[in-house]
Amino acid sequence: MSRAVVLLTLGASLVLACSRSGSGPADSSSARRGSVSPAPSEPASYALGRPPEPQEIAAWDLDVNPDGVGLPSGRATAIEGAVVYAAKCATCHGAKGEGVAPNPPIVGREPREGFAFGRDPALVKTVGNYWPYATTVYDYVRRAMPQDKPGSLLPNELYGVTAWILAENGIIARDVVIDSLSLPKIKMPARDRFVRDDRLTTPNFK
Amino acid sequence: MAGSQDDRSLTRRELLVSTATALSAATLLPAEGDQAALGTQPTEPVIPADPTKVPGPPTSAASARSPFVQMARTPTGAIAGSSLAPIHLMNGTVTPSDLHFERHHAGVAMIDPARYKLMLHGLVDKPLVFTLDELKSFPSVTRVYFLECSGNGRAAYSAPKPELTPQLIDGLLGNAEWTGVPVRTVLREVGVRSDATWALAEGGDAALLSRSIPLEKLMDDSLFVYAMNGEPLRPAAGYPVRLLNPGWEGNTCVKWLRRLELISQPNMSRDETSKYTDPLPNDTARQFSFVMDAKSTITYPTYPVQLTRRGWVEIRGLAWSGRGRIESVDVSTDGGRTWTAAKLQEPVLDKALVRFTHSFQWNGERTTIVSRAVDATGYVQPTLAEYRQVRGGGTNYHYNHLRAWTVEADGRVVYEVAP
Repeated sequence: MSRAVVLLTLGASLVLACSRSGSGPADSSSARRGSVSPAPSEPASYALGRPPEPQEIAAWDLDVNPDGVGLPSGRATAIEGAVVYAAKCATCHGAKGEGVAPNPPIVGREPREGFAFGRDPALVKTVGNYWPYATTVYDYVRRAMPQDKPGSLLPNELYGVTAWILAENGIIARDVVIDSLSLPKIKMPARDRFVRDDRLTTPNFK
Repeated sequence: MAGSQDDRSLTRRELLVSTATALSAATLLPAEGDQAALGTQPTEPVIPADPTKVPGPPTSAASARSPFVQMARTPTGAIAGSSLAPIHLMNGTVTPSDLHFERHHAGVAMIDPARYKLMLHGLVDKPLVFTLDELKSFPSVTRVYFLECSGNGRAAYSAPKPELTPQLIDGLLGNAEWTGVPVRTVLREVGVRSDATWALAEGGDAALLSRSIPLEKLMDDSLFVYAMNGEPLRPAAGYPVRLLNPGWEGNTCVKWLRRLELISQPNMSRDETSKYTDPLPNDTARQFSFVMDAKSTITYPTYPVQLTRRGWVEIRGLAWSGRGRIESVDVSTDGGRTWTAAKLQEPVLDKALVRFTHSFQWNGERTTIVSRAVDATGYVQPTLAEYRQVRGGGTNYHYNHLRAWTVEADGRVVYEVAP
């Protein structure tokens, strides 16, 4: 198409556009040429995606549930875990889990009685006084720790670190074997303190 | 300087210093005869005395802000950190993508789209893996929604002081136009089994951040989004794909999404137990508090603005609710004694930021201005006293009490630290 033709075409459509906007609704529909069908209904499938290979699922499906589903084989005590903790965790969390600023402590059982976090902002949440499920410790450490090398700990190391954290918090003894059977059975001190959100039951502030 | 509302208050020296490194010589035309400046770097931007007498720079591949405009987030430098958006320097409702707030738990994941995949599995008839291209091939939808970190507002509740800007209080807030595919459309492909009630959404970052999401929400309005404000998601926003749960806590909108596993009980991940739960004064902690309550905040005039003349002042602000649409915003210019309905700027969208305006005559006396949101469900933004009584002193998220600002007699505006 030559430049002149393009300009002419452009000019013509501009004139058309102008005249169209200036005309009334009566003849505006005349420019909508061709039949207009309703949108097609949704097909049974868009036929996208492929089935994952079993090993593909296994490589990613690493989450651990409160009932223990997802925990691998392996076992360790807090005594064994102390070595792993000292080597891989203590730099950021402190030798006794007391925290190294800005990282808060992960060990501590105050308040001994009650659950005064909602009343006392000075209370520090730890695994021992706030975490409701022991399986979450394993799940989270496997996902995200150590921060500079996440996903690097082996199951026995993870069981050991989990056991060490639980023992330092006074929840288990240091010689208790932690594995896929014993970990889900541990009842954390704060377990019964958590309630489901009830705000939406009313338009009032809760 | 970042807190300055009035760009014109910048001195030329400040401007040149702050922008010298950010600008290349090509972005602004040097003054006539100053050819030596071309190609050297860094170069001071040169603004012609009369822009009508000198041709400006040619077109560019991507445009930058005017060197006279200074807008920046507040990065902390931490891997598990946040960066607040300068909402008090914005006008309108759409957050520029490069200024949208950030909150990451293990830094920004950098992902090669060619290697990206999203896996849907668990309690489904047919687990499937999708490439980015395949996700983009599904029928798409485009929607405007706010996104807010549930810890937004913490500074005003836990450490209030007069020198707080809206950015420092409520900057973990953004509003964008998102494009993606409804999660329910993709779930239809895998066939959700009847025993599935939740799904674990997992990100592909170095924390493998994971949240359990009720299936009901995913079948309602959740999206797998891949575009934000017309462009692919930026890495800080979850490139290439994030989950978006409209109106819900930002952390549930898992960035760099790689996996959705249909399950029958919540996973009780770290970020839905030890974090993002709300201790209450009755010695319990509220869990799965997904919805962001109705909220509003004035963004102008606020600290560090100083009013320089008496007369008409337009109060401007933002309102939003995770429960739905904002119905109205009330504004008080006498410390909450009397209220007037503010003007809501159309269109008022569901679970999106709404801009409100209200003009008042400032007579030079000390007064307190405050806004109050009401949403379509009838929910009213609580006062600080109401909030404190119900939520207690140790709550750590969902701070939606009223924010008030006091205009001092000399025109300075400060955050009102209520007793």
